[in-house]
Amino acid sequence: MSQLEMLGLSLTESERAAIRRRLGREANALELSMIDVEWSEHCSYKSSKHLLKLLPTKGERVLLGPGYDAGVLDIGDGDIVTLHIESHNHPSAIDPYGGAATGVGGILRDILSLGTRPIALLDSLRFGRMDRSPNSKWLFQHVIRGIADYGNCTGVPTVGGEVDFDSSFERNCLVDVVCLGIGKKEDIVLAVAKNPGDSVVLVGGSTGRDGIHGTTFASRDLSGKDSEDRSAVQIPDPFTKKQIIEATIEAVKTGYVAGLKDLGAGGIACGVSEMAYAGNTGVDIELSNVHLRETNMQSHEIMISESQERMVFVIKKGREEAIGKIFKKYGLLYSIIGKVTDTKRMIVRQNGKVVADLPVEVLVRAEPAPRDVKKPKYIDELGKVETPEPKESLDLIMMKMLSSPNLASKRWVYQQYDHEVGARTAVKPGHAGASVLRITDEKFLATKVDGNPKHCYLDPYNGTAGILAEACRNIIAVGAEPIAMVDHLQFGNPGNPEVYWTFSESVRGFADYCNKFKLPCVGGKVSFYNEDVQTHAAIKPTPLAAVLGLIEKADYVRNAIPSEDNVILQIGETKSELGCSEYQNQIFGTVGGRVPKLDFAAEKASQRTVSEGIRIGLISSVNDCSSGGLLIAVAEMCMLSGLGSTIDIAKCPSSAKRWDEIAFSESHSRFVITTSKANSPRIAELASKNGAKCTEIGTFKGKIFDVVYANKKLASLSVEKMKHEWETAIPRLMGDAK
Amino acid sequence: MKVAIIRFPGTNCDFDAYHVLKNVLHLPSDLIWHEEVDLRKYDGVILPGGFSYGDHLRAGIIAAHSPAMTQVKKAAEEGKPILGICNGFQILAESELLPGALLRNAGLRFVCKWVNLRVDSTSTFFTSGLKKGTLLRMPIAHGEGRYFLGESEIKNLERKGQIVFRYVDEKGNTTENSNPNGSLFNIAGVSNEKGNVVGLMPHPERASEKILSPFGSSDGLAVLGAFAKTVEVMARK
Repeated sequence: MSQLEMLGLSLTESERAAIRRRLGREANALELSMIDVEWSEHCSYKSSKHLLKLLPTKGERVLLGPGYDAGVLDIGDGDIVTLHIESHNHPSAIDPYGGAATGVGGILRDILSLGTRPIALLDSLRFGRMDRSPNSKWLFQHVIRGIADYGNCTGVPTVGGEVDFDSSFERNCLVDVVCLGIGKKEDIVLAVAKNPGDSVVLVGGSTGRDGIHGTTFASRDLSGKDSEDRSAVQIPDPFTKKQIIEATIEAVKTGYVAGLKDLGAGGIACGVSEMAYAGNTGVDIELSNVHLRETNMQSHEIMISESQERMVFVIKKGREEAIGKIFKKYGLLYSIIGKVTDTKRMIVRQNGKVVADLPVEVLVRAEPAPRDVKKPKYIDELGKVETPEPKESLDLIMMKMLSSPNLASKRWVYQQYDHEVGARTAVKPGHAGASVLRITDEKFLATKVDGNPKHCYLDPYNGTAGILAEACRNIIAVGAEPIAMVDHLQFGNPGNPEVYWTFSESVRGFADYCNKFKLPCVGGKVSFYNEDVQTHAAIKPTPLAAVLGLIEKADYVRNAIPSEDNVILQIGETKSELGCSEYQNQIFGTVGGRVPKLDFAAEKASQRTVSEGIRIGLISSVNDCSSGGLLIAVAEMCMLSGLGSTIDIAKCPSSAKRWDEIAFSESHSRFVITTSKANSPRIAELASKNGAKCTEIGTFKGKIFDVVYANKKLASLSVEKMKHEWETAIPRLMGDAK
Repeated sequence: MKVAIIRFPGTNCDFDAYHVLKNVLHLPSDLIWHEEVDLRKYDGVILPGGFSYGDHLRAGIIAAHSPAMTQVKKAAEEGKPILGICNGFQILAESELLPGALLRNAGLRFVCKWVNLRVDSTSTFFTSGLKKGTLLRMPIAHGEGRYFLGESEIKNLERKGQIVFRYVDEKGNTTENSNPNGSLFNIAGVSNEKGNVVGLMPHPERASEKILSPFGSSDGLAVLGAFAKTVEVMARK
């Protein structure tokens, strides 16, 4: 066994050669361990950095963009918002409860690292099909419980998200968490160690052996050996986290905190060296000062452990005691582990003896890993697939779709989350696509995370641009203007040229949307090596977009709940785009065909129409029309309000030929909106001024969901019956409903 | 005239209660860390919700044995109004300031949703201005809220008017479906014999502003408003 294997390291031969060249000597075992975690894909972005440069990161509200623990936006009056996204995919696949809980814990620390208070969580979850696999049910149930227990206990509301089931996530579920924080501009603290002489203080959880090699574990495929992988998952402690939140906010207010960073991936080795690199300084660490949970820990274990609930503070010289008092008040352990120096070296000592001495630059700057690209063959082949003509009645099709877990009500999930704590949640989960949080009486934030691996599988460029458009439409639908986004790019092994091609197309999709809509990307994450442990097949490409919106007047806040006698309008055009739709998937089980393409000009026209319509006061309720298509969007509004609807889909703005295309295509740039009969012509005028297609298609009234196509009645369903099916679908699968 | 809002490690609805008292009811209040509690200068106490001590051992039990609660007991004896919301209710029950216990929800899962409450007793400091049978809409958010007490003791509570709130349907009936956690007799909140100590699982502080209510309601103010009035009266004494 080589030394590398004994340490469990994943550095390649060429990386080892580069280390030798840059150091001018062989690195010792501890140094190699530290470089190994820093140079892992997870920490270094070595395969993705050059492509991520395509994303625009500046904007009038952007105070800090990518490269920090979270993006920072200026929302006026001295208020700032922080935004970040993280995943905990591999840990959750092995230990769904602990993996998901520590995923939440990690992102809370990211938000806290800027000195801001976390105020909302969202999660985007992907599992295998629950009807086919008990394992997927097990993962689903415990991931939800992990998120709930952690978020609820820390008092940060989980206000939204999405859940999606697809067989490509059978053994590699995706658990993504988005977090928002708020604070004051003058209190921002950065992850930087600038002044030699300042103290480096480790606060919170004690350091143990849990989570060792968590980053390298995230940067390779799962081994398939459960016991081996499980020790790489960390242990959650939300109660301690709550104390860390309160202590950090209190400490930051003193003005004595010169730098702040969470310890997550890569532990002390990464956290401390990155702060020194950012401050162009060095650090000198004494390992015997670190408060430990276990005895006989090796130096490399202490340096790279990813034990939870830890933060690193750089405290101004002489102010250690004042800050220590705050930690004590909240019952937190802390230790002064070192000093900031001017050497630009990371020196690690054990009882005074130097055990590692590396230039910070070598540690932090990994060798770039160039990757080959090749368009996968399946894309053109599946593109030719035609969706069969429907044989069943629309009544039956609707009931089948409403009871599919992807389209069914997610109440079973969000009822387990405290989504009200904080007294801010003005638009709650289930009431609209996006959630709305009150900041002041007249200032609100809207937030939404979206993904669509089915679309991205066949067309990663349009699929990716499309999910960002969809997230923005959700933000606009609740009355907000998008002000920033963060992305999360989740793919298989980047060494596979076909996987890397989908990755590069995806980045291009985000970049084009951001540039055309002047939407800054203020942060993000890349997660590679998402593969099935048994088949080694990569997951479907799963980029995610989380968008933040600002509402500057309480009057603009909207939800998707219509009132009786509201007329229904469709904004935007439906195209013949059933490819990889929920309809195709649920009713025919086929995959392929024409996936929705994003027409940037049409998207802009629709978004502008809705945004202006809300601001003038013409639009009363809005639903984004995407997954499941038009009929699902209208049905959701019926079930939310308890009202029936009568629509004629022949009236829809559409270039599609078949009625089921009009009903279920997932074409972009569309909204379903409601208004009064009298205001309907004014919306048509507004749409035409903006160049958007728009027609009145029906009314919300009665208790029956009626669909006609020209003169032919296609569906007539009791809303109560639909609602029952929709609301009990997931509880029934989980054994919680009759 | 001032209200004390007590913070234990893990309390997380403290700021919400403070916000409503300050910005909606304009009632002066202080957030007080449990180790710094001195209730002599306060006219009322709120024990807000959250997860005091991480719900370790059992929800509310560690806080119930803290020195801060010795003072709360004294304030209760003096007749000051004391309100326990959610975890605050659990702490009051564990300290035996209120009868009964709050067990794990019948469905074994945490439940966050809006419920209908019926006011069944108007002889407390928190419901005195209301009519019996009034319906209030508020959210719940808890994993351990199943009210439990021996049957004969419950009859006693009923007789003495100590059952303050019940979970009901939209029409005001106590049904199985309207009971979110399996509480005995749909009990959502109780009081002590004097009526100055009340605990309830639902969150009035989250239901006090129209913008936060899916119904455009602000029913939480019925409870917190009555509390504010009592505090004013106490302060004048």
